[in-house]
Amino acid sequence: MKKFNPVLKVKNIATGQSIRLIEKTIAKTAEAGNFLTNIADVFLFMTRVTKEAFSRNFEFKEFLRQCFQVGYKSLPLISVTGVIMGLVLTIQARPALLSFGAVSMLPGMVAVSLIREMGPVITALICAGKIGSGMGAELGSMKVSEQIDAMEVSSTNPIKFLIVTRVLAATLMIPLLVLYADALGILGCWAGANIKGEVTFVLFFSQAFSSIEFIDFIPALVKTFFFGAVIGFVGCYKGYTAGRGTESVGIAANSAVVLSSLLVIIVDLIAVQITDML
Amino acid sequence: MISTQTAPCASTEKVNLKEVIEINNLRKGFGSEDVLINVSLNLYSGENLVVLGKSGSGKSVLIKCIVRLLEPDDGTINVLGENVSALDHRSLGELRKKIGFLFQSGALYDSMTVKQNLEFPLRRIKKNLNQKEINEKVKEVLENVGLSDALNKMPSQLSGGMRKRISLARTLVVDPMIMLYDEPTTGLDPVTSNEISLLINEVKRKYKTSSIIITHDIECARTSADRIIMLLDGEVYQEGELEKFEKSDDPSIKSFFK
Repeated sequence: MKKFNPVLKVKNIATGQSIRLIEKTIAKTAEAGNFLTNIADVFLFMTRVTKEAFSRNFEFKEFLRQCFQVGYKSLPLISVTGVIMGLVLTIQARPALLSFGAVSMLPGMVAVSLIREMGPVITALICAGKIGSGMGAELGSMKVSEQIDAMEVSSTNPIKFLIVTRVLAATLMIPLLVLYADALGILGCWAGANIKGEVTFVLFFSQAFSSIEFIDFIPALVKTFFFGAVIGFVGCYKGYTAGRGTESVGIAANSAVVLSSLLVIIVDLIAVQITDML
Repeated sequence: MISTQTAPCASTEKVNLKEVIEINNLRKGFGSEDVLINVSLNLYSGENLVVLGKSGSGKSVLIKCIVRLLEPDDGTINVLGENVSALDHRSLGELRKKIGFLFQSGALYDSMTVKQNLEFPLRRIKKNLNQKEINEKVKEVLENVGLSDALNKMPSQLSGGMRKRISLARTLVVDPMIMLYDEPTTGLDPVTSNEISLLINEVKRKYKTSSIIITHDIECARTSADRIIMLLDGEVYQEGELEKFEKSDDPSIKSFFK
């Protein structure tokens, strides 16, 4: 019968723990390596897209088609969201203002909050969901069905044709959608104000616009260009670098929405900090 | 329309022995797994070369390396006298204009009609054509593949065989010198497969192309091959004319040609 050796037992446990520690270290190192490789890939992709954006033979027809897809086809969703945004803000804020006897400040307050923050961020988040996922899924399925390869072998630069046009369309269309959502939000606010009380259209808008200054408007508009660029770029990157299986299309669409939404919030935070310093 | 009723025996035609593709010691791997190991082959002018092999033997990887959709790990690929790996982006684009690639899935652009699919490469490669000439060219290739009435259809409205034909028309519209067919008959019924195989012969005859046909469909090989190369586990296992393969006693070859 084998004799129990406590020293050997302890040694075995210690060896097992060391091996597990080494394995964990290797796994974590590989993870960190993959993370850094991914970051490098993103920068390389950004560099390529930027370079192609400024090269000759711009795909203007495809750019217009993408503007139509991104801008015009998002109008119904943005319209509903814009009106509801203004309506909800009014319904929520009115009782609080009423208790201070400051209901007359309602149009100005809602207009400022819509133009400075709510309009840009909520519209950008809605666009991240609709446009970002659409781009991720479309380019992902083009990759899976070899359409991007087909484009490449027929001497068409897919970065220029597919990516540059989409990123530029998102960068230019999302600010316009934000302005549209702001306008509808203020209209929704007027509708909300009339549900509980009564205020004329002219009075409401004169109160709303007297509260808005140039400084409210410009930084909010500038940041929407960055929101658009982020949404377009992330959607395209995730779709273009999707794997070969059909599962990767879903993953590309999903990660495009998650990452672009997160980046919109981060860009907003940075923009607010910069605006605060002005 | 190109007739698909002509004699299927492509090997009876005389082959000009000028090399259009020359591959030497090509090696390509993914991770730790080697997919192609020291593959060497030549494609001669006016020839239909069939590359046979089981799924996963590296056939598709081979032709993707030829157009540099995949970068080889080692070895050289010369296409029309140019070393593909050494070409810059612009020169590679110019070379690709001379090569037609029929993808396994057809790879038609989903968001475009058949007409737009055919116009897409034409407008980019043959930039000097006006709209009338483009329309005539599109009409001509659609007639050649027997699908003139599909002009305004979307790819989603086409059957598998029609998608393959339209995809073939899209590659032919720019008059390529070399055709690369990736599994042209996969997923098609035997009748349609035979039509596609005959079409490959007619494309060779009418457009004077040299072709590499990747397939595991033995009937397609019988119909279209001037010469056959068999890949096994990423290596060239056997090379020769159809007859040599038909008469072989090698179990790996017999399993294909039974």
